Amino acid sequence: MSHNKDRVPLPPVGAQKTNMTCHFCIVGCGYHVYKWPHGTEGGRAPNENALGKDFRKQQPPLSGSMTPAMVNVVEDNGKKFNIMIQSDKECVVNQGLTSTRGGQMATIMYNAEGISRDRLKYPRLFTGDDWVDVSWDEAMAVYAGVTKRMLDTFGPDSIMFNAFDHGGAGGGFENTWGSGKLMFSALKTRMVRIHNRPAYNSECHATRDMGIGELNNSYEDSELADTIMFIGANAYETQTNYFLAHALPNLTGTTIAKKKAWFKDETVENGRFILVDPRRTLTTAICQNNAKDNVLHLQINPGTDTALFDGLLTYVADKGWHDQDFIDQHTTGFDKALKANHMSLDNCSRITGISVADLEKAADWAYKPKKSGHRPRTAHLYEKGIIWGNDNYRIQSALVDLVLATHNVGRRGTGVCRLGGHQEGYARPPYPGKQPIYIDQEIIRGNGKMLTVWACNAFQSTLNAQQYRQTLYRRANIVRDALAQVRGGGVESMVDAIFDAVTNHGGLFITTIDLYPTKFAQASHLMLPAAHPGEMNLTSMNGERRMRLSDKFMDPPGEAMPDCLIAAKIANTLKAMYEKEGNKKMAGRFSGFDWKTEEDSFNDGFRKPEGIDSQGGDTGHLVTYERLRTQGNNGVQLPVREYREGQLIGTEMIYSDYKFSTSDGKAHFLPAEWTGLPAMVESQRKKYRFWINNGRTNHIWQTAYHDQRIDFRTKRYPMAPIEINPEDAKQLGIESGDVVEVFNDFGATFAMAYLEPDMKRGHTFMMFGYFNGNVGDVVTSWTDRNYIPYYKGTWADIRKVSSMKDYKESVSFKRRRYI
Amino acid sequence: MSQLSRRSFIKLSGAGVAAGVTSLTPASALAKPESYNPGATTLPYPQMDIAKAKSLPKNKAVHFNYPDESSPCTVIRMGQPVPGGVGPDMDIVAYSTLCTHMGCPVSYDPDSRDFKCPCHFSVFDSEKMGQMVTGQATENLPKIRLEYDAGSDSVTAVGIDGLIFGRQANIL
Repeated sequence: MSHNKDRVPLPPVGAQKTNMTCHFCIVGCGYHVYKWPHGTEGGRAPNENALGKDFRKQQPPLSGSMTPAMVNVVEDNGKKFNIMIQSDKECVVNQGLTSTRGGQMATIMYNAEGISRDRLKYPRLFTGDDWVDVSWDEAMAVYAGVTKRMLDTFGPDSIMFNAFDHGGAGGGFENTWGSGKLMFSALKTRMVRIHNRPAYNSECHATRDMGIGELNNSYEDSELADTIMFIGANAYETQTNYFLAHALPNLTGTTIAKKKAWFKDETVENGRFILVDPRRTLTTAICQNNAKDNVLHLQINPGTDTALFDGLLTYVADKGWHDQDFIDQHTTGFDKALKANHMSLDNCSRITGISVADLEKAADWAYKPKKSGHRPRTAHLYEKGIIWGNDNYRIQSALVDLVLATHNVGRRGTGVCRLGGHQEGYARPPYPGKQPIYIDQEIIRGNGKMLTVWACNAFQSTLNAQQYRQTLYRRANIVRDALAQVRGGGVESMVDAIFDAVTNHGGLFITTIDLYPTKFAQASHLMLPAAHPGEMNLTSMNGERRMRLSDKFMDPPGEAMPDCLIAAKIANTLKAMYEKEGNKKMAGRFSGFDWKTEEDSFNDGFRKPEGIDSQGGDTGHLVTYERLRTQGNNGVQLPVREYREGQLIGTEMIYSDYKFSTSDGKAHFLPAEWTGLPAMVESQRKKYRFWINNGRTNHIWQTAYHDQRIDFRTKRYPMAPIEINPEDAKQLGIESGDVVEVFNDFGATFAMAYLEPDMKRGHTFMMFGYFNGNVGDVVTSWTDRNYIPYYKGTWADIRKVSSMKDYKESVSFKRRRYI
Repeated sequence: MSQLSRRSFIKLSGAGVAAGVTSLTPASALAKPESYNPGATTLPYPQMDIAKAKSLPKNKAVHFNYPDESSPCTVIRMGQPVPGGVGPDMDIVAYSTLCTHMGCPVSYDPDSRDFKCPCHFSVFDSEKMGQMVTGQATENLPKIRLEYDAGSDSVTAVGIDGLIFGRQANIL
């Protein structure tokens, strides 16, 4: 192919076509993978290519997309194949739309000459002064050897994990089960934290305590709602095709006929959107561009969401817009919560910075009965503004109190849901601890002997990251130094050296299990190579609980393997070690991993739901790979209700029967009094000038584990951008493209200045989780009662470091907002 | 594709026509379907004079088609040197105006000096080689390779960097 990237190979008629759910965001768009032998290609006539299109002519707009990012050459079973990955028009989720993430799935598949050429192909051990590829047997001898010594000598608390718990790439029901069974049933360790937070906990603890799981409606409900309140959510960038295919059409009135058909007696109009966010996000700009009069942007003061919901609850109750019948029949604790949450609208306005008029307008849109007398159908959809907000548990309590009082759950067009980051795919034995443990702090205090970092990278995605990273490097280097002294010794000597270093010298033995050598791996001693969707069969569910099977279509590179089979390999090695010494009891703990394929793990976990925590619920046994394959990219919405006439029948809306997820079946109000900012955060706010809001941009997925290898991404963001108000920047002598330092009492980090007039004075927005410029370094160590961080609660000062000519010449600093 | 996208597309297409951009395309210069030279590693792009540099208005999109009638493009004299710019002031650039995401026609906004797509809100920078500022594409806007002859003041299209939306190859 020409290096001008001005042509792509076409799949010939008869090319293999399999299903693929996008690896990345929670929406889980449906795609098809075309695969055909390298060296052959289809023709441009419609009967000569598998797409059935006539490429002798210009294709019309909106007829699909086919770009150089959507093709690649891969290997499978020793042979080379072309692949093309295209969106599925028949998928009800994305309806043929691609996103900038999913549109590059072909690019990120392994090709020895492609962007993913530095994928881990074999286990890699840090010995002496270098990384050395080793066999799985040798890697397991070291890993399991150290693990056994720890378990036998110190017990499971010495064995720590940073682990994924989700769906999509780096997750899936197969892999959460495999890793979970190893950690919780076999090793029985409670010293586990999740990929983006320092403990093993739910990001939606309060709503679950109140009886409402956080994914309770369907994307279609965003087409049906009278009003949608987006709270701390920037759906265009982070749940793109949900927003474009389902939410925005409601705002513009495209779904009004559907609403009329569904709700015949009710007043139905174009949807109204209330966006609660201190920042004018890209989503806000697009909504305002499309239907300004139906958009209300509540530009709330940072960290004051609880006050907003308390004020609205008080106002709604005073107006009599709450649903007393629903409250009486299906809930408990309303009066207590109403009293605790009481806040006048004037006080709410003072705290939140939102005018009383706008507060009243929001309440009118969301809760005032419609002209037809019906209660409005208002969906409350939230994400990191709440998840990473000021006291996660308290905000969620306040929000769900408001939702319950106004009966905005269990009815079509309503719901109180997180919009989500990655997909879901949780099936694990119960967490063995009684309560979450702040694992980062345990490590900082010198506790733990070994740490396995599994498909995640806390160096780029934790709070108080500078102290955490410095501690890890220090403790890891103790082990590295010890390994360097093993001169001529074999595996047993290495295990002895590691054991001594972690037992007597404060070291920490670190293993990373991942696709690539990550930033975290710079501190580790052993890397184990994992696989991702396409290289294995993988099931996940999206933000409306829609479960699909992504088919395997190629081999993983080298000897990389699915995480669940890595877990099995570890368990089986330990089992053999205990059997060898005649310890039947311990050998028994590591039994039950005799899996040959990922489907074995799926059948062992998701399909045997009794006694485990599974997002499939107790009907998981009805789901098989074959049945999922039949249902293609539309899959089935969990929980499955039945299997009838060759179809899995799912659940579109949870709680439509008003049986909530509590022991008494009622939803529970929880008091949520406004208490201000946490003292630790407030101290930074008082001391430092800028609010360092932080979050995602649509260009970059998670820690940029693929994106940092793709020119299209890194040329856009060679460094994490930080949006700054131009007047603030001028005072500091900062221009777009300058490198700035961001610093406070917790640490310092660096970013690329990006002047943006929509940023309020004193506000900034820095991209989260990047490989070059890590905002976690300046995030305080404060968490809520369940150890959920307050990433958004970051204040710091900024100074110009240097002026980067290269950035200024090559990076666009045009405004990202559409208008 | 959502209904919204169709609506936006129609709306914007209308706006594009209303802008009344002038076409510079001489039909005889366009590419014709032809067989490939087996030894070639580049597509047979036509060389096509598209404008006299000094005649181009500053910061205004001027329409032309390249490399054939069904591929709308825009040439802009930015008024200041830009990366990849040609002409006496190194400020003339040209791009395909079909969004690389799903092919909707992008429109040039002279105030923000970028291209905007009305269907899914991608934005491309006219002054940074068509870089996607934000949006859902996986490619920057295809950039028309230009050459400038000082003697005749001619700006000539000679090729394209990037794949035009809706094509297997840039030459049909």
